Amino acid sequence: MVVGEALVSSPADQVTRWPLLDAGSSMALMPNHSEMEVLVAARDWKLAGCGVALATVVKTWGSSPRPAGSHLAVRDDGFFLGSVSGGCVEGAVVEEALGVMKSGVPKVLEFGVTNERAWEVGLACGGTVRIFVEPLQ
Amino acid sequence: MKTGTLDTVLAEIEAKRPILLATDLETGEQRLLRRGDGDTESERIDVERALRVDACITTDAEGAPQVFYQPFNPPLRMILVGAVHIAQPLSAMATLTGYEVTIVDPRESFAAAERFPGVALNLEWPDAALEALSLDQRCVVVTLTHDPKLDDPALQVALRSDAFFIGCLGSKKTHASRLRRLEKAGFSQSELARVKGPVGLPIGARSPAEIAVSVLAQVTETLRKP
Repeated sequence: MVVGEALVSSPADQVTRWPLLDAGSSMALMPNHSEMEVLVAARDWKLAGCGVALATVVKTWGSSPRPAGSHLAVRDDGFFLGSVSGGCVEGAVVEEALGVMKSGVPKVLEFGVTNERAWEVGLACGGTVRIFVEPLQ
Repeated sequence: MKTGTLDTVLAEIEAKRPILLATDLETGEQRLLRRGDGDTESERIDVERALRVDACITTDAEGAPQVFYQPFNPPLRMILVGAVHIAQPLSAMATLTGYEVTIVDPRESFAAAERFPGVALNLEWPDAALEALSLDQRCVVVTLTHDPKLDDPALQVALRSDAFFIGCLGSKKTHASRLRRLEKAGFSQSELARVKGPVGLPIGARSPAEIAVSVLAQVTETLRKP
């Protein structure tokens, strides 16, 4: 659970408890149960009345840190849980996710090292990652 | 994603029923599918494959809309035969790795809840216990007792199942005699080739925790690089 990498720090009263799931929950036993924790957090934020978007890695090329199916849940205050790249592009994905929450229209993003701004937002490992960002409605 | 779709996915995960989310990447439209579902024959094949290999698939046929298939499978299961010392770190590490662990040992003093807090303990005789667990291709069986009375009945059930990993703790010498006993019991050489013994990658492990690392590493290798 990549909580410590939040680019936008969460207010003290919103510090997320870890683990999110009780040990007794069968979800705590899921393969990649941290992925399930991200989905549970997305649902709980929505239930609490927050705007929520979900980013999912749908395809990777070459070397990339997170496999297809990895999730990042973003809340309307910029707080997020999970990871889609191990920290390289999360900042940009969070920005896009906030936009998707407002527009209500899903979006496909692609990050690689081919563009000239790669030193700013991209994957240092040389891979490319395609990410689907959708609002939770 | 609709909140209702997310609720269903989470409920199915909790109920340990495999389910698959199909997303049209152009429109964002989503459908929930189960094994056997699909609009076309090729979609049914993609659904089956994604659930079987437990990996996401994106279709990329020319002209057709791109669809992303994400499977949500029940947890992998690890059945440890023998509530011995090594089972303590191994059950803890396997749980962290995402396995649902069951320890089988009819000896009450070994399979004591105080020794394995939070782990499912089964005190049936190993063959009966493993039959009841309905082993499938998402199961691991590792025998740890060194006692043929307990290990062998478990192995016989495991060898007749689709378990993706079968391993036995013990020296090369005890493994050779184990294989001879199983051969006498009617298992062929090719069936016995599935049994990994002595179980674990050769990393020079000494302590129970190190041996657990070596076993879990070999299980992971078998799962991810079959």
